[in-house]
Amino acid sequence: MGLTNEQLERYSRHLILKEIGVSGQKKLLASKVLLIGAGGLGAPAAMYLAAAGIGKIGIVDDDVVDLSNLQRQIIHGTPDVGKPKVTSAKETLHDLNPEVEVEAIQEKATASNILSLIQNYDFIVDGTDNFPAKFLINDACVMAKKPFVHAGIIRFKGQIMTYVPGLGPCYRCVFRNPPPPEAVPTCRQAGVLGTMGGIIGSMEALETIKYLTGTGELLIGSLLTFDGLTMEWRKIKLPPARKDCAVCGEHPTLTTLVDYEEKACALR
Amino acid sequence: MKIIVAGQSKEYREGITVKELLELEKVEAPLYVTVSLNEEFVPSAKVATTALKEGDKVEFIYFMGGGR
Repeated sequence: MGLTNEQLERYSRHLILKEIGVSGQKKLLASKVLLIGAGGLGAPAAMYLAAAGIGKIGIVDDDVVDLSNLQRQIIHGTPDVGKPKVTSAKETLHDLNPEVEVEAIQEKATASNILSLIQNYDFIVDGTDNFPAKFLINDACVMAKKPFVHAGIIRFKGQIMTYVPGLGPCYRCVFRNPPPPEAVPTCRQAGVLGTMGGIIGSMEALETIKYLTGTGELLIGSLLTFDGLTMEWRKIKLPPARKDCAVCGEHPTLTTLVDYEEKACALR
Repeated sequence: MKIIVAGQSKEYREGITVKELLELEKVEAPLYVTVSLNEEFVPSAKVATTALKEGDKVEFIYFMGGGR
């Protein structure tokens, strides 16, 4: 099936890219992406993915919009305070690109629901704000053989890496286990510049689009870090996947998902 | 001896261990930092005993949990 006249116009800047073109745009239109977390990272990622014409975007978040979110979560506006984040996000995405199907899932991703949440999606975007959730996404994606992009932001810094089954280390290969609550600073305690979400969340959208269209080099086996104070990007080459990794290793010991205690951003 | 730490070549005394390097570099929450040495993970049990040598490439990989 060809693109409609409206699609030819809407996506014209993609269509003239030799790396995307009509075939790449059709792949995006046929793709399903799940964002877990509709906040600092998830907001810009969702907006760029909707604008890019991803066929279906799922958003998982159980939270409501708070005034303190608006410094970085640009998918939500001031009149949305008090509204479920997934509802507000769905409205913004619909305005941006009505042909994108948005599934608003007002739930928290947990060990009991995450496998069913991710099962019908092609690619998963980590937009969460705590380590238990980041490990849960990793473990579920490894088990279900789903590719995903991890990202984290704090203060003026950000990091991002991509996991594709069988091709490189997973998040647990790199970080092993969630740190104890309060062992490492969280955004709520340490702060985060709003634009960090825009920068790193947009990079997550970029990795997603590259994966879906088979374009360029993904951050597989590499961790890209950004320091906004010095404006330094570093692409750190990661060691290969650990053979003894508890979830993606040769003899996994972690074969069922667990909910770690979540305290990372529990202080309100 | 010279060690390349986070991409920058720096001078350290001979035989310094990974643990001592973490202290000298004032790494925040060192117990929860993943260290790679010449693109291999340093197991946390070996951080105190792994001695570095001239030309080693060390990366500190930090937990970054924010995002929402």
